[in-house]
Amino acid sequence: MIESLIQLYTTDFVLYALAAGISLALVAGPLGSFIVWRRMSYFGDTLAHSALLGIAIGLLTNSNPQLSIIISCLFFAVLLTLLERRPGVSTDTLLGIIAHSSLAMGVVVLALSDSIRVNLEAYLFGALLTISSSDLLWVVAVAAFVSLILYIFWNDLLSATVHAEIAEIEGTNVKRLNLILVLLIALVVSVSMKIVGVLLITSLLIIPPAAARGLAQTPEQMAIKASCIGSLSIVVGLTVAFFLDVPVGPAIVVTASAIFLLLYFYPGVQKV
Amino acid sequence: MHSTSPNNSALISAKSIYKSFSGHRVLEDIKLSIEPGQIVTLIGPNGAGKTTLVRIVLGLLQADSGEIFRQASLQIGYMPQKMHVESTMPLNVFRFLQLSGKHDDAMVDETLTLLRILHLKRRQLAAVSGGELQRVLLARALIRKPGLLILDEPAQGVDLAGQAELYALISEISSNQGCGVLMISHDLHLVMSATDEVICLNQHICCHGKPEHVSNHPAYLDLFGARASQDIAVYTHHHNHRHDLTGKITHSHDD
Repeated sequence: MIESLIQLYTTDFVLYALAAGISLALVAGPLGSFIVWRRMSYFGDTLAHSALLGIAIGLLTNSNPQLSIIISCLFFAVLLTLLERRPGVSTDTLLGIIAHSSLAMGVVVLALSDSIRVNLEAYLFGALLTISSSDLLWVVAVAAFVSLILYIFWNDLLSATVHAEIAEIEGTNVKRLNLILVLLIALVVSVSMKIVGVLLITSLLIIPPAAARGLAQTPEQMAIKASCIGSLSIVVGLTVAFFLDVPVGPAIVVTASAIFLLLYFYPGVQKV
Repeated sequence: MHSTSPNNSALISAKSIYKSFSGHRVLEDIKLSIEPGQIVTLIGPNGAGKTTLVRIVLGLLQADSGEIFRQASLQIGYMPQKMHVESTMPLNVFRFLQLSGKHDDAMVDETLTLLRILHLKRRQLAAVSGGELQRVLLARALIRKPGLLILDEPAQGVDLAGQAELYALISEISSNQGCGVLMISHDLHLVMSATDEVICLNQHICCHGKPEHVSNHPAYLDLFGARASQDIAVYTHHHNHRHDLTGKITHSHDD
């Protein structure tokens, strides 16, 4: 057991997977907390679904897949932000329409192009163990960049989340901050595709903060504890997947959910 | 209508403000100005455009036409009508106040003491009652030492005794710190005693002036009925003291 664990954690592709997964979990803590506080989980989901269309277009135009996913996620993030301000269609209806139509379009486009053979399952549920060194670089770079931006705007983002109008009057540019937050979510969603896949990305963003809520007295504690819970889920999920020979992405999400349930029902932890 | 010439000492002044929402006119030819230390109260029925006017003065909303003059580098403290407290975010009163900038402990204590809520300092926002939350919001508005306080129904959700106390507190703050106050209120009698100028709004300015003047103005009587006016008239005769809930007389701060 111990020997096989050592062997597991010293294999190149496992180390890559761990490094990518933990980088993502670290940034997902604070970013996911904002998604929870602002009730934006459906928004993250929609971005993730639309990323599949990005993959299809990227493959068709023969461009860098990671770059085309990022560009399409950023595009949809801006589009959703613009559409959100229109009256007549409620936000959740709009998100539902865009999420599912872009996912469907992605699958149709991929199926139509005979020349391309893609493993759809890898994009839907992630393929953490197949990530390359350049994939890893993307994840680490995006995680570092997003963390830096969150750090810089932390107090303003919190203030705008708690009460947008008070923040605005105190001199915070709330519209700009909202756009920044949405773009950061798009960036993180687009690089986490390989790790947990389109269908499970949001869970990695919202389950750790939800689990951390009962352990936190301040927003900062919640964000940091969410990062820790996320990282733990990555390590445990990966190990479990290896020993039980199950897909890694779902194993990570199941682990995170188990931690959430444990903390939620554990006596002594403050209920929300 | 009474008109005063534009005054250069005004913290903020607005004139000829017009605003419509999808073809429906909400504000028509509104004129308003607030001096340091002056308390101006907006009253009017639901849908009169009070909140819209306040949002325009705050700069949150653009008027269709009109002019707004704001004194250079004027700090505004704003207390919204209500705040949704997000239970998923752990946040105590102290940290909530810090959202407006870094304030040292002494500064926070001073503000909370002034509002008599020092005991709430480490309390989670989600565990603060409705009436207490109003004071916490007022603390947030005050902590940056604003030149102008804008309060949208500050006494909402506060019990009757608490309302009188809150208005007394606002007028005390205004006179001690010399800041101007613009507030919206429904609490006609309570507010009359704590205000210098009343603007009675119903899309346009129906009447304005000293509380005693407004309460006898035909436009006001039209809007609120004679009964409301009598209540106020009775009250203004006794405006050197207040009653608490049991009817006991408590002395106000301005005598």
